[in-house]
Amino acid sequence: MILLIDSFIVFILLSLLVIPFVKKTNWKGISTLFSVFVIAALSSVPAINALMGNPTEITLIGSYITHDIPLRIDALSGFFILTINFTFITGVIYGIKYMQAYSNQSANLSLHWFCYILTFSSLISVCVIQNGLVFLIAWEIMALSTFVLVIFEHNKQQTLKAGISYLIQSHVIILFLTLAFIWVYLKTNSYDFNSIRDFSLTQPVSASMALMVCFFFGFAIKAGFVPFHTWLPLAHPAAPSHISGIMSGVIIKIGIYGIFRMILLIKTDYLAFGYFILIVSVITGIYGVMLAIVQHNLKRLLAYHSIENIGIIGIGIGLGCIGMGNGNKTLAILGLLGALLHTLNHSLFKSLLFYTAGNVYQSTHTLEIDHLGGAGKQMQHTSLLFLIAALAICGFPPFNGFVSEFLIYSGLFNGLKGASLPYLSCLAISIFGLSIIGGLAMLCFTKAYGTIFLGTPRNNRFCPPKEKFSLRLIPMYIVAILIVTIGIFPKAFFNILIQPVHQFTSFMGDGLVSVRPETVSIVSKVGYTSAGFILLAGVLLLIRYKIATTMKAVTGPTWGCGYTAPTARIQYTASSFIRNYRKLAEPLLLIHKYKKDVSGTFPGTAWHETNPEDKIEENLILRPIRRLRNFLGGFSFLQNGRPQIYVLYGAVFITLIISVPLLIDLVRTLVQFLNTM
Amino acid sequence: MISFLLILLSSLFFTGIVIRTKSITAGRKGPGIMQPMKDILRLFRKSSVYSETTSIIFRIAPSIYFVSVIMAIMVVPFGQYSGIISFEGDFVFFAYVLALGKFFNIISALDTGSSFEGMGASREALFSMLVEPAFFLLMGSLSLLTGHTSFHEIFMDFHLHSYITYAIGIMATFVLVMICMVENSRMPVDDPKTHLELTMVHEVMILDNSGFDLGLIMHAVNLKFVMYGALIANLYIGNLPIYYTIPIFLTIQLLFAIAVGILESFTARYRMSHNAQFIFTLSSVSLLIFFGALLFLGRMN
Repeated sequence: MILLIDSFIVFILLSLLVIPFVKKTNWKGISTLFSVFVIAALSSVPAINALMGNPTEITLIGSYITHDIPLRIDALSGFFILTINFTFITGVIYGIKYMQAYSNQSANLSLHWFCYILTFSSLISVCVIQNGLVFLIAWEIMALSTFVLVIFEHNKQQTLKAGISYLIQSHVIILFLTLAFIWVYLKTNSYDFNSIRDFSLTQPVSASMALMVCFFFGFAIKAGFVPFHTWLPLAHPAAPSHISGIMSGVIIKIGIYGIFRMILLIKTDYLAFGYFILIVSVITGIYGVMLAIVQHNLKRLLAYHSIENIGIIGIGIGLGCIGMGNGNKTLAILGLLGALLHTLNHSLFKSLLFYTAGNVYQSTHTLEIDHLGGAGKQMQHTSLLFLIAALAICGFPPFNGFVSEFLIYSGLFNGLKGASLPYLSCLAISIFGLSIIGGLAMLCFTKAYGTIFLGTPRNNRFCPPKEKFSLRLIPMYIVAILIVTIGIFPKAFFNILIQPVHQFTSFMGDGLVSVRPETVSIVSKVGYTSAGFILLAGVLLLIRYKIATTMKAVTGPTWGCGYTAPTARIQYTASSFIRNYRKLAEPLLLIHKYKKDVSGTFPGTAWHETNPEDKIEENLILRPIRRLRNFLGGFSFLQNGRPQIYVLYGAVFITLIISVPLLIDLVRTLVQFLNTM
Repeated sequence: MISFLLILLSSLFFTGIVIRTKSITAGRKGPGIMQPMKDILRLFRKSSVYSETTSIIFRIAPSIYFVSVIMAIMVVPFGQYSGIISFEGDFVFFAYVLALGKFFNIISALDTGSSFEGMGASREALFSMLVEPAFFLLMGSLSLLTGHTSFHEIFMDFHLHSYITYAIGIMATFVLVMICMVENSRMPVDDPKTHLELTMVHEVMILDNSGFDLGLIMHAVNLKFVMYGALIANLYIGNLPIYYTIPIFLTIQLLFAIAVGILESFTARYRMSHNAQFIFTLSSVSLLIFFGALLFLGRMN
């Protein structure tokens, strides 16, 4: 095992050394692919072992400061490592083709692929390392290298701004996590994660709850729970598409991993924490999708959808915690299963969506939904893949999103057998939330798919060329196949999930049988039903095809209700598609609207513009920052650019630094003298 | 199986009865009861006209829509007989598979690149989004009341409680009827007989469909009506023997069709901009049922 870890580290260092010296820009990507493969293979071995029920534990001898460094790969880590590996492999294959457009920026590409490997290996390390201090170092490496990945196009001001916002918020996370780890260290004198459990067992419940909330805040920023989500919609559109894919697919999931890990370690009042996380998640889910609908930029829309999906995962976690808290094992299992499966599912369909967005961007050079149209006829592969991913993210059968949402729904409806009113109201709110999230997601993706891929091009400038089959489509099709496979054979993927869930529920008794056999059989029934749906649709389409071939179909223009000169501009745009919704949701959102109406006998050009802003971001971050800036602006007279004054500051500083201790000493001596009197 | 066959059978007459009721209340002679079915059969034999703008989505969408309704019908039970597909949480599948069909319907309308069809699609997407919570809260309350999570078990157990369940049943009927009207874009939210495309929802979405595809969409509407009728019937038939339940089922379908006809004859369509608020009230009725169930179970502590 030590050999494995050594080769892991040596290999990472080696590939980091090699990449900058590869001459051809194409080969930089390919050597990255090679090293990602090897790192994934090395880390998958213990991960798969852990999922089969053989966790690994090694303690490295640390320094005087860090103490021993335990590395533990249990089923939970294993699950996340496998998810990370898969997404990073598809990401790098896609990225090689995506980055060909930038092949003249050799140095920039070196840095990019360098940081890609660094991010990958630090993510795996975060899942493995169980020493608070070293964990923070790995976390910091991850944060910094992701920052570099995000600002690949750093010549754009918007990108830099997004990157810096990400960087700052990443460090707020580290602040929270450091606080929590130091608190544990002060009480237990150890950085080992197991001491967090000791902490929660020895300290009062309120202290362990406070610790939990501290960790939750840290990890929630990473995961993007509302109101800590504000970095997400900025960073995702700015990054190259494969980076957005892995960011949304796995990097924000490391926050979910953190929350899972802390639930496992901190023995606290699970019930209260469950209610807390459930409510936060319902708000996150609804708020995320509500804002996603009104976005004009495709990647920004997808970023808000990540927030929504984090909400769905959170609902699962919340149900799991409530189940663990009140001893309802079925609820706990269904919630946690749903949350874990949705984590995997979301990493699949969201990375696929970002890859398709990358395809759209590179062939049309815009992500403005309203400028696009009719791309499906030119880009058939991308259109099909986007449709599959969109259906999956809306949670429709026969795709994977349905299975995980079904599990969470099952948990909610099963949980209704409980007793108390607050508990039932919580569940009712969650049912309401989850169902309206589903409906809103449908509204959002019919808008996105319908406007971008269907109809006719709205603007000939953004008409994509005919798409040819290329290497970049291969990882996308692999992801799509996996999406359908999970939808139809969910049972096969349950085996991966049983061990991690068992870690959480084992304290509730019943030995190894953690998942009820009925649950498994229900879920496989869902799979068969979905397969039946595909079969039936296939049969009907075949019948339709047979009938259609016997009769001659005619083509003509779209029926314009009597209007005979339709143009592409007459089509419904994305903004008009959601206008009714926008009117409804306006009080809850912050949408700046500017327009010039058609008026007068000879009207000029009329236009209409909406700028959807984030109300929470405005109130929670931008406004306080503006206030702070105004306040600090009052001191700007100090910075007046006159060297004489600056010298004076120096002199004052030196005088103070010498005189204050002297003064204190003097006072102390005086007091002592008076005391001795 | 039996529910599936009965629904298929009733769907042949349903729209005919609705239209006949409307013609009687309007004092017209009106077409025969089988006329809508004859229209659909005629459509099946016709060839299609496709818009140049459309892609493959437009051609496959009606079939997928139809299959989604068929799949949803398979889940519906009949008294003591479960549906062809039955598992715990099958109503989640029911709702989501219907939504899948609607998704395809909406994108096929957007595929034509018409401004009218986009308008209908926009409304359909919004209204169905607002209906969803009402349905789930309703099923949540029924499952709270009975302690089960599949259509079959819920309806079997629902019948066994006291008279209060009938009160809840009546409210549930109201919600289901309204959901059905919204899902099919019928009277209080949409007038299928209006001749102004600007004010239609469902009819305007299928302006460009023709031939076999249009026939499928038309029959899917019939099936959807009967499917909700079957859900309503299930609220009342419980586990009575089959020689009672089949007549009850058919009577309820007949009453439902007549009620739809009367509703469409005597009510005016709501203002389009206020529809969303109206649909949202359905969720509050569902919430009322939820608290009714709580009261009944004595869990309001």
